[in-house]
Amino acid sequence: MALPLPEETLLEMYWTMLLSRRLDERAWALHRQGKIAFHISAIGHEAAQVGAAYAIRRGYDWVAPYYRDLTLMLALGYTPREFMLNLMGKKGDPSSGGRQMPSHWSLKRANVISHSAPVATQTSHAAGIGLAIKLRGEDKVVITSVGEGSTSQGEWYEGVNWAAVHKLPVVFIIVNNLYAISVRQELQMAVANAADKALGLGLPGVSVDGMDFLTMYQVMKEAVDRARSGDGPTIVEARVYRITPHSSDDDDRSYRSREEVEQFKQRDPLLIARRTLEGEGVLTPQKHEALEQRAKELVDEAVRFGESAPYPDPEEAAYPVYAEDVQNA
Amino acid sequence: MPEATLIEAIRQAMDEELARDERVFIVGEDVGKRGGVFRATQGLYEKYGPQRVIDAPLAELSIVGVGIGAALYGMRPICEIQFADFIHPAFNQIVNEAAKMCYRSNGEWTVPLVIRAPYGGGIGGGLYHSQSVEAFFTHVPGLKVVIPSNPADAKGLLKAAVRDPNPVLYFEPKKGYRLIKGEIPAGEYLVPLGKANVSRPGRDLTLITYGMTHYYALKAAQIVATEGIETEIIDLRTLLPIDKETLLQSVKKTGKVLIAHEDNLTGGYGAEIAAILADQAFTDLDAPIKRLAGPDVPAVPFSHPMQDWFMPNAEKIAAAIRQLAAF
Ligand SMILES: Cc1ncc(C[n+]2csc(CCOP(=O)(O)OP(=O)(O)O)c2C)c(N)n1
Ligand SMILES: [Mg+2]
Repeated sequence: MALPLPEETLLEMYWTMLLSRRLDERAWALHRQGKIAFHISAIGHEAAQVGAAYAIRRGYDWVAPYYRDLTLMLALGYTPREFMLNLMGKKGDPSSGGRQMPSHWSLKRANVISHSAPVATQTSHAAGIGLAIKLRGEDKVVITSVGEGSTSQGEWYEGVNWAAVHKLPVVFIIVNNLYAISVRQELQMAVANAADKALGLGLPGVSVDGMDFLTMYQVMKEAVDRARSGDGPTIVEARVYRITPHSSDDDDRSYRSREEVEQFKQRDPLLIARRTLEGEGVLTPQKHEALEQRAKELVDEAVRFGESAPYPDPEEAAYPVYAEDVQNA
Repeated sequence: MPEATLIEAIRQAMDEELARDERVFIVGEDVGKRGGVFRATQGLYEKYGPQRVIDAPLAELSIVGVGIGAALYGMRPICEIQFADFIHPAFNQIVNEAAKMCYRSNGEWTVPLVIRAPYGGGIGGGLYHSQSVEAFFTHVPGLKVVIPSNPADAKGLLKAAVRDPNPVLYFEPKKGYRLIKGEIPAGEYLVPLGKANVSRPGRDLTLITYGMTHYYALKAAQIVATEGIETEIIDLRTLLPIDKETLLQSVKKTGKVLIAHEDNLTGGYGAEIAAILADQAFTDLDAPIKRLAGPDVPAVPFSHPMQDWFMPNAEKIAAAIRQLAAF
């Protein structure tokens, strides 16, 4: 197999997935210990996210993510320390200073816009950013993501329609993990693949194996290149599986079998990536162990950092309601 | 100073802002070649082209959502909602997104955006071309809500709204588009947001109002003046944030307050003013605070007699003034 990226980059992608997984697992542990109030997981989604991240010019292109995008955020330079501040609602959380629930991202230094909890609302924002890029004649691209269930929202259709009508430089990622909390895909849509919705909106739609980071990367790269060269938006459906319950408030045993979950764990995106990279001689068991060690140290350090960080002062909750409240706004 | 109609003032403000700042663009339904269903954007498409005056798909939430995205990227969009009645599909984008963006990102992201929408009845528009929707939005911290009553203010407030770093809802009294005329200062003219205007001084009572109802209020004040009642009228101009200072000063002088708006009574904007004055001007008051508002029915009916029953007018306001003055 001809590798689509330099070995160094492939290792970096693998590292990002691994770090995301270990941070995510620690978040579940912290929740069980009663140290954090909420976690919503990216486990099972890592390959799709890292594939998307490396297809754009990170820090140059724009990103309108959703709550499962921890791996994507790490690939954009978000740090484990920042994630811990976010999880714990501590001062200095770059997403919202402790105002939003965890994993509702914003990172201006990486061109990641703030998104809210009402699903799919970021879709028209991505179209608007795409419109602004086009009006200014720039060559930037926007990527935006939602779950498959969220594509039932009018919010989503309206945003995609805009981009299709005006041929805007946007890639709409649908992360299809088969479930919206407990509701299966069949009760969300009558099409076989979420990407088939593209047909009715007049743009290309591609459905890909989102458990394989290289497949995802290659399809995303094509879509991003298309957008950058002025040929308009694409829908990319990443078929993944949510290996954990929906969130720390969910118990998935009432709506799906353990056998099903076990079956999908065989296709764990980290295992697939490791197999591929070891097969190509890019990764060795020794290198993998070293990465594991580094991840553990980083996660431990981040947790210590988060735990010793102060909470926001209560009075901070009064601001900033208007731009006038923000210095230099 | 040249005389102009309200809608000419609005058009002039947009024309000047489009010329001044290339980040400004207009987006809405039929705003391009048609120049808007009320002609608010007439001639602007020809002058600035399809990149600056954009005909949007018929979908309000994305007119606002796309505006928000462009604003985050550094543009200064003016979104037109064809009628205020059709702003409801965009409620999520306005209330959950635009209004909360600054707060929820701890100030990292702000949304400099203007949403214009014609509001109000008396034009035979029935339930869905007559609504007053301001009270939904004056409840929402993070938004600014502006309603002009005359051409000069319409121009100055809209230009200020375009330059404001926050999301501003700008509701236009559509019955007054061509009915209300006045002088407008040529060229650069700004009216600061958040400042009310005493549009008629008087000693006997304070009449607080805005938008189209202000037009009727001026006529009512003329009528009762012939009977010896001197009404002080406050034109709010900006509902959110509210200019409490101007209200309190006037009440100190007159001791009596009538609040008038076309929007229906219950939970209407007048309730907030009444609450502020009851709290902060209690000792200045010589009479109960009175409200004259639209009746609590779902919206303005179409047929003329029923529409007239709904709408405020000079006679209804004059009657309320007389009653209060006699207290
Ligand atoms: C407008 C709205 N309705 C309901 C919810 C509650 N909710 C949060 S996530 C979710 C399921 C989303 O499923 P999907 O889009 O498939 O994304 P996934 O979580 O599976 O990645 C629901 C119903 C919400 N956040 N927003
Ligand atoms: Mg899902």
